[in-house]
Amino acid sequence: MSKTITIDGKTIPFEEGQTIMDAASAAGVYIPHLCHHPDYSPHGSCKLCNVSVNGRICSSCTFPAMDGQTVLSDTHELNEDRRRITQMLFVEGNHLCPGCEKSGNCQLQAVGYHLNMLDNHFPHFYASREMDASHPDVLIDHNRCIFCTLCVRASQQADGKDVFAISGRGINKHLIVNSQSGLLKDTDFEATDNAAHICPTGAILAKRQGFRVPIGRRTYDHKEIDQVSLAESGYRPNTTLIAETEQSQYDE
Amino acid sequence: MYEHLETAKRTENLKRIVVDPVSRVEGHGKVTLMLDENNMVQQARLHIVEFRGFERFIQGRPYWELPVLVQRLCGICPVSHHLAAAKAIDQLVGVDPVNLPVTADKLRRLLHFGQVLQSHALHFFHLSSPDLLFGFESDINKRHIVAVLAEYPDIGVQGVMMRKYGQEVIQTICGKRVHGTGAIPGGMNKSLSTVERDNLLQNIDQIIDWSISSVELIKKVHCSNLPYYDDFATIRSNYLGLIKPDGALELYHGGIRAKNDKGETIIDHVDYCRYNSYIHEEVRSWTYMKFPYLLSLGQQNGWYRVGPLARVNNCDFINTPMAEAARLEFKAHSGEAMVHSTLAFHWARLIETLHCAESIKALLNDPDILGQDLLTQGEKRYEGIGVIEAPRGTLFHHYQIDENDIVTKANLIVSTTSNNMAMNESVRQVAAEYLSGRELTEPLLNNLEVAIRAYDPCLSCATHAVGKMPLQLELIDAEGNLIDKLIKHGNGQVERNCVS
Ligand code: SF4
Ligand code: FES
Repeated sequence: MSKTITIDGKTIPFEEGQTIMDAASAAGVYIPHLCHHPDYSPHGSCKLCNVSVNGRICSSCTFPAMDGQTVLSDTHELNEDRRRITQMLFVEGNHLCPGCEKSGNCQLQAVGYHLNMLDNHFPHFYASREMDASHPDVLIDHNRCIFCTLCVRASQQADGKDVFAISGRGINKHLIVNSQSGLLKDTDFEATDNAAHICPTGAILAKRQGFRVPIGRRTYDHKEIDQVSLAESGYRPNTTLIAETEQSQYDE
Repeated sequence: MYEHLETAKRTENLKRIVVDPVSRVEGHGKVTLMLDENNMVQQARLHIVEFRGFERFIQGRPYWELPVLVQRLCGICPVSHHLAAAKAIDQLVGVDPVNLPVTADKLRRLLHFGQVLQSHALHFFHLSSPDLLFGFESDINKRHIVAVLAEYPDIGVQGVMMRKYGQEVIQTICGKRVHGTGAIPGGMNKSLSTVERDNLLQNIDQIIDWSISSVELIKKVHCSNLPYYDDFATIRSNYLGLIKPDGALELYHGGIRAKNDKGETIIDHVDYCRYNSYIHEEVRSWTYMKFPYLLSLGQQNGWYRVGPLARVNNCDFINTPMAEAARLEFKAHSGEAMVHSTLAFHWARLIETLHCAESIKALLNDPDILGQDLLTQGEKRYEGIGVIEAPRGTLFHHYQIDENDIVTKANLIVSTTSNNMAMNESVRQVAAEYLSGRELTEPLLNNLEVAIRAYDPCLSCATHAVGKMPLQLELIDAEGNLIDKLIKHGNGQVERNCVS
C-alpha cells in the first residue's frame, strides 16, 4: 500500500524522500512559494510555503512527507501570514511594478495577486540599493532582490559555477557577486547560464529585452500563479486545464 | 506689452494675494498678485512647481525602461511621453525615424492620434467647457452662451464617448488604457489584428461626426461674443512646433518651425536633434520653471507659444479635408496672418481633434497598419533625442547613456515650460485689464483660472473643472502679514477665513 498524507482533507500519495511540497505539486495542489524551485535543492528561507503539519508550522519545501501527516495549507490564518510576508518583501526592496519590465512575468507580483494583497500594509523602507549593469548582456537590479538564493543555487548546481552568494544578516542581507571587483562583468557568468533566467523577480534580467512581450502575452496575464507553477513542476491533470480564456484583463 | 508687471517698481505698501491650488501629483500652480492701497495690480506672477525630480530619478536606469517610466510624468498625456522617449531611444539602438519599419511608424502615429483625441476631448469637454460660462460677469453674455449650448444638448455625452474612443485606440495598441507598453527601442511590441482594426473602424465615423459638431459649437461660442473671445488674455507672440516637410500640420514627427506674430518665418524644418542650437532655457530667481526662448531673437523677445494654437497657426495646411476646411474658417475669422486670441486655443484644439479623428480613419484603412514587420536595429549610440507634438505642445526628451546602457543624463522640455512666459503674460494681461482697480471677488479670480486653463498646462489646476479647483487665496500686505484668506474646496464650497 502506498503511503499518503492529507492536505486540507485531500488524500495525497507520496514517495519516500519527497517533501510535502513535492508531494503536493505532483498531486496538483499548489502551495504558495518563492524560494522553492523543483530543479534545485530546497532552501527554506522565504517561509511562504509554511503549512501546519499535525498542528506544527513548518516549511513544506524542506519538510519530508511522512505517512499519515495531516497537513493544512489553504487556511485563512496561513494565507494571512503569507500575505504579510509578501507585503514585507514588497516594502523591504523597491518593487515598483508599473515601471518594471518583469511585471506580468514576476512571481512576487503574481503571488501578491494570488494572496489578494491589495496594499503594502507596512511602511516602505525606501532602501538604497545599487544596480550592476557592468555585464554586457545581463543586468542586476538589487532593488528587486528578495534573497531567495535561486540564482546562487542555479549557478552552483546547474551551471557548475559559483557566481552569486548572499552576504550579511537580517536587515543587512544582500546579494553579492563572487569576483574581486564585486562586479558581474568580472565573473564567468554568461547570458545562457541557468542562473540568468531563474530569478523570480526582476533582479536579474537579460539586457535590452524589456517590454518586448506585449501586455496580454505575459506569463500571468491570463493564468494565475498556481496554474503556471503546477504546470512547470510537471503536473499534468487528467482533465485538460481550463481552456485558456482570451478574455481581456487589461483594466486594473 | 504687460512686462512692466513682472516686477513691481516698489514693493513697499503693496498687498499680496496668493492663488494657490492644493498640490497634486502633476505639480501645482500659484498666482501671486501684489496690489497697492488702491487695489491696482503692481505685480502678477504665475509660479509653476514642476516635478523636476524626475530627471534625477531616471538617471541610473537602463534606457529601455524610459518609455514606460516617463509615462508617470503626466496623468493626461502619458502616451506622448511614452512616444517622445521611444523616439529618443530608437536613436540609442541606431534607428532614425526614417528607418523605423513602416508598420511600426504607422502604429505609433495611430496611437498618438488616439492620445491627442482623448486628451483634447478631456480638456475641452470635461475641464474647459464650463469656462465658456465663466469669466462672464454679465448675465446677458452668459445667456448668449447658454443659448448656443442648448443647440447641442448631447455635447457632454459626446465628449465622454470621444474620449473613450481615444482610450480604446490606446488600449488596443498598448494593452492598457493608461500606462501600458507598446513602443520599444526600434519599433513596437505588438501588431494590430484584423479584428482589432475592424473594432476600431466601427465607431470612427460617429467620432468624426461628433468632432465636426464640436468645431461648429466652439465657432459659435467664440463668435457669440467676439470682443471678449478675441481679447481675453490675448497676447501677441511667436509660435513654435513641428511641421511636415510639405508644411502640413504634424503631430508625430517633423522639423521645427517657428513664426513670429506677423506670420513671418523665424526658423523652418530644423532637425530637432539640433534644438540646442536654436532654443535656450532661461532661469529666473522667482520660479523653478525655466523660460525657453529662441536664441536668434534673444531672451527678451524670443519666447514663444506651443500647442494647438501654435500648430494650427504655423501650418500651411492640414492634410485631412474637413479639418482643413475648419482651419481656413478659423484663420479667415481673425483677418490676420496669425490668430493671437488665447481663448482660440480651444477652437484650434477642436480642429485638431477633428484632424485626429479623420487621420485615425485613414490609418485604419491603410493596409500597412496590419503589417507584421515591427522591429529594427542599428549601431548603438550614446545620445538620443525625441521630439513630439504632445496635446499641449512640443515635447522634448533628450538622453545620454553610458557603455553599460545606463542613463547618465536626461533633459526634458515639456510644453508647459515652453508656454511658461506666455501664460505669465496672459495672467498679467488679465490682471491688468480685468482686475486692476477693482475690489477682488471670486469671479474675478476665476478669470485668471480661465486664462491659464486655455493653455492646458501640466498642472493640477488644469485637471479640475472650473469651480471645482481647490484654491487658496491669501491677501498679504507689504510687510508680509496675512490680512485675509479665501479657501475654495474641491467641492466648490467657499470658506472665508478671516484672520484677525
Ligand atoms: S537575484 Fe533573484 S534569484 Fe537571486 S537571490 Fe535575488 S531574487 Fe533570488
Ligand atoms: S518556498 Fe519554502 S521557504 Fe520559500
